[in-house]
Amino acid sequence: MTRSPETATVMTAADIDRALTRIAHEIVEAQRGVGELIICGIPRRGVPLAQRLGAKLAAIDPDFDPVASVGSLDVTMYRDDLRNSAARTPEPTQLPARGIDGRTVVLVDDVLYSGRTVRAALDALSDYGRPQAVRLAVLVDRGHRELPLRADHVGKNIPTSRSERVGVRLAEIDGLPAGEEQVVIIR
Amino acid sequence: MKHLLDTQALAHRDALAILDTAEEMTAVSSREVKKLPTLRGRTVVNLFFEDSTRTRISFEAAAKRLSADVMNFSAKGSSVSKGESLKDTVQTLDAMGADAIVIRHSASGAAAQLAASDWTDAAVVNAGDGTHEHPTQALLDALTLRRGWSRAHGENPRGRNLAGMRVLIVGDIVHSRVARSNVWLLRTLGAEVHLAAPATLLPYGAETWPVTIHYSLDEALREAPDAVMMLRVQAERMGGAFFPTAAEYTRRWGLTDERLALVEQLRLGATDSPALILHPGPMNRGVEISAAAADSPQSRILDQVAHGVAVRMAVLHLLLSQRQPDGSLDE
Repeated sequence: MTRSPETATVMTAADIDRALTRIAHEIVEAQRGVGELIICGIPRRGVPLAQRLGAKLAAIDPDFDPVASVGSLDVTMYRDDLRNSAARTPEPTQLPARGIDGRTVVLVDDVLYSGRTVRAALDALSDYGRPQAVRLAVLVDRGHRELPLRADHVGKNIPTSRSERVGVRLAEIDGLPAGEEQVVIIR
Repeated sequence: MKHLLDTQALAHRDALAILDTAEEMTAVSSREVKKLPTLRGRTVVNLFFEDSTRTRISFEAAAKRLSADVMNFSAKGSSVSKGESLKDTVQTLDAMGADAIVIRHSASGAAAQLAASDWTDAAVVNAGDGTHEHPTQALLDALTLRRGWSRAHGENPRGRNLAGMRVLIVGDIVHSRVARSNVWLLRTLGAEVHLAAPATLLPYGAETWPVTIHYSLDEALREAPDAVMMLRVQAERMGGAFFPTAAEYTRRWGLTDERLALVEQLRLGATDSPALILHPGPMNRGVEISAAAADSPQSRILDQVAHGVAVRMAVLHLLLSQRQPDGSLDE
């Protein structure tokens, strides 16, 4: 007999939006001038989050141009677990045409867990150029790091056990109405 | 997918996974660092019992761009010329730690035999076996067709197949493993396939294939294909007389300057973009394709070469990163 998994909502659509607004303000504060800023989402769910952050940054400071400063960075080919996980199809990498050299790149992902995705992203980034600084923004930090990494901007710290899963449901990826977006813990 | 042996048994899902991965791989060759660390520490052996510089260097470039170590084994001047069997050759390579074996052989079914044997645990990629199949060539052709079609229609190529496309394959079908692989793959991807060839160059049983056969190139061009794929006249495989003279072949079956004028009128679907001209290379200019056709703006022949590296990167990546049935989570 299998028990159906138990899910608990830990962030609602409004919580997600508030967290992104706060992160956008933190990014502006940490960075003198937004002109040299690149916001880079890690597929899949980091990409729509990066786009939303870009829109919020533009609302805070009109000097920020979301079209020229928001991109995506696929890390599939840089992962260290390719030998023992399912073969993945890489997602598109689209970096702003002006490049990342000498700029501040903010990597955006939905969940920070082992830190291995971020390590892969740092390797991938170095093949495209040499940013002046790289920062990390995540919607959820669930702990259990396996590498010496931390996020600069966190939407919400959610203590979890390793047996649990964290699900981020976004309108763009999961095809649900914006009001029903949520972050859940699946036990 | 453990091996890539043919396109006849290639599932629609796997074909799309290869094309979508290849789509991202095409971007690597335009980057400053044209290398990915994906297959670091893995070994790919190119085991070529038949001459093929183009296919071999394409596989070599693909493996090297993924940071794999590459060993090239060509039968000429090797222990094979001293009488070593395929089994002994492969077991030797296995003992050296090959993770993937890319095999080109003059015997149809050589790759399948290798994959079915217990001589090696390596992933086997068929790089052309006799007159049977050449799956990576068909995949690169499909990538070229899909990109051309998607660009003309202003769509994102990812995830889409070739439904709605009509592809005409012209020439030496009987000796062409490229044609066979293309027929199966293009059909799997939903394209409509037409063949135009002299009766002597059509294989026995071709009428049972899921294709439309024309015995006149001019008649086939009137069906308004979206792409015309010219095959090489394989003189080295023709012991007998399959057609009277090269000039006669060109007059009836070649993409001459006069026929190029017809092809220039063809369009990709309902768009204003011109139809595509493909050729798997190497070309016999002036025989199956005129110089003007080969160099025309409609020609995608150099794109095909670039796409070949991308497709082979995708295949090596998908075969060498393991698939587990439980499908671990993405977090």
